[in-house]
This record gives sequence, structure tokens and C-alpha cells, in this order.
Amino acid sequence: MEVKNANAAMLSNYEVFKLLTDLKEQRRDAGKSKHSVGQQNLNTIMYETLKYLSKTPCSRQSPEIVKEFLSTMTHHKLTKAEKLQLLNHRPQTAVEIQLMVEESEERLSEEQIEELIQNVADVLPGDPEEEKVAAAADAEMDEGGDQS
Amino acid sequence: MFVLVEMVDTVRIPPWVFDRQLNDAIAEELNKKLANKVVYNVGLCICLYDITKLEDSYIFPGDGASHTKVHFRFVVFHPFLDEILAGKIKYCSQEGVHVTMGFFDDILIPPESLQQPAKFDEAEQVWVWEYETDEGAHDLYMDPGEEIRFRVADEVFVDTSPTGPAAAKTDAPAPPGQSTAPPAEESGEKKEAPYTLVVRTGTICEPGLGLLSWWNS
Repeated sequence: MEVKNANAAMLSNYEVFKLLTDLKEQRRDAGKSKHSVGQQNLNTIMYETLKYLSKTPCSRQSPEIVKEFLSTMTHHKLTKAEKLQLLNHRPQTAVEIQLMVEESEERLSEEQIEELIQNVADVLPGDPEEEKVAAAADAEMDEGGDQS
Repeated sequence: MFVLVEMVDTVRIPPWVFDRQLNDAIAEELNKKLANKVVYNVGLCICLYDITKLEDSYIFPGDGASHTKVHFRFVVFHPFLDEILAGKIKYCSQEGVHVTMGFFDDILIPPESLQQPAKFDEAEQVWVWEYETDEGAHDLYMDPGEEIRFRVADEVFVDTSPTGPAAAKTDAPAPPGQSTAPPAEESGEKKEAPYTLVVRTGTICEPGLGLLSWWNS
């Protein structure tokens, strides 16, 4: 076996998630061979990777969302690796942006960081569970304000 | 986190599989060979992405199976240096904090790369970050099962291909008819992980890494 190119392309978590979900559908329809001894490794790695990825933001993305995200990100002038990390992690705070974008204090002003967070939150869908909890907490705070 | 790796290999299709489409048979063989396996200096192979080129299939004398040279692309887990990843703490030991991502387990945070100051609590077998504020010191425990964010600092590939029989392990040759296998628990026999990620959560000016619960108010 020969490795022609160990880094032909970078894949986003969404692409791998979609590939594995489609492969799972295909194997489910095919039926008989998936329980043979040789296929155990593939089953294990598919199951574990799908389990991990379904808990990340990529499980709520689609090709259109990814395209829209990349076009929104063009004017922020980020490297490919930084855009990929933002796509995979969907950061919500300035601290997370500073981790993923190198030298963010020098390259981005505070408003630009805020704008970046806003863009990420608008284009990439968030966790509906988390947003429910956040909305409930906000509602409570508003009610507390009204009562006092 | 994931990369596409272009590879070339000769795939052997046994005769009892000849009724299936060649592409499907080859895809199955490639997945069987590489899925969940670490390729030296490449990473942990996940699954086949696509087949780019199939060359002619040949049958050789003495073997009924067909051999086909295949150019294909494989999805491989290979995080780049300084990438931010998230995982769960598996357990803590003197060597550091062991983190798992479910499909990949060999992630280690050595003690010097934890948020300083950190100490190892022997009784509970956990690492603790002693966080000092003006009000006093808070002990933040790194408990197993907690979600943790970390940055990739280094990767270690170990070639675990089998080596030849160990030279002169036993002094006296055993008489014929008796088993000569040395006991499995010999001190020299350690299972090394073929691919380990050395990661860090603490540097002087890097807030945001470590347990997610520390940063999400």
C-alpha cells in the first residue's frame, strides 16, 4: 500500500458526518454482510464517530449553510484552518474566538470580534436544547425585573 | 480534525465474491483492511471516501482471486498542530490526564501542560487546578466524564509492526513436546498505542481551554 498524498484535502465535521450517515443507510439496506468478522472494525469506528459528531454543531448543518457561512466569512480575512475550526465548533464567546483565531487581538478589533460572533450565531444553527434553556433564563430575568 | 488521504493499493477479490459489482466488492475490502486502523505517520483511518481510479484486474497462476490496483481516497482522523478539539476525561494518573473522544482514546495531557498551579490528588486520583482569586483559592477538579476543550501540541506515531522473534529469551532450550511460549505478562511486553496525541490545556495566556464548565457561566 502506498500513500500518495497524506493531506489531499481538509474535511469539515459536517462532511464526515454526512458521509457516515449515508454509509450507514446504505449498509442498512444491503443487510447481510455487515455482521461478518471483517466488518466489525468499520461498524465500531462508524458508530463511535457518529456518536461523537452528533453531539457537535455539525449535525445541524447542511451544504447550503456551509456555503453561506464561507461566503459570510470572506470579508473577515481568516485562514482556511481558522474558518474550519469556527465551522466545527460554532464559538459563542470572545474567549473561544481568541483560541481559534491566531493573534486575534492584533488582527481583529473588539467590534469585529462581536460581529464575527454574531455572524457565526446567525448562520450556523445552534443547539435547540441550549437555546430553550437560555430563552427560559432570559424570560425569568425579565419577569424578575418587572416584579421589582 | 479529518483529512482526505490519497492512497494506492492492490486489492484481492476472492472468487466467491465475483457475483457482486467490482466497485462494491473493492469498497468493502478497503474498509475491511483500513477502518479503525492507524497508518504510520498518516492517522486513524475512518472510512472510504471514494475510488478515483480502477486499473485492470489480473488473475495470477495458482490463485483464483482477482487482483486490482486501486487509487482511492480515505477519510482519516489527523488533527493539525494547534487545533482546538473537545473530548471527555477518561481518567487521571501520575502521567497526566487521559482524554477520550469516543472513537479515539490515546490523548494525554502531561502535568506541565495543565493550567498551573495543578496538583495530583492521590486519594481521589484526579488532577486539580488550584485557581487563586482575591477571595481565596478554588480547587477545580478534573473529574472523569467531564467535557474538556484542549489544543493539540504534538503527535507521536509508533511503528507497531511485528518484529522478529526475540533473540535468546530462554536460556535452556525446552525439550520437544513441551510448550516454549513465554508467559504473556512479561515485563518487556507493553502494548504501545500506535498514535498518541499530546495536548495541552494550560499556557500563560490562554483562557478558554480546560473543562467546559469552568468557562460557561
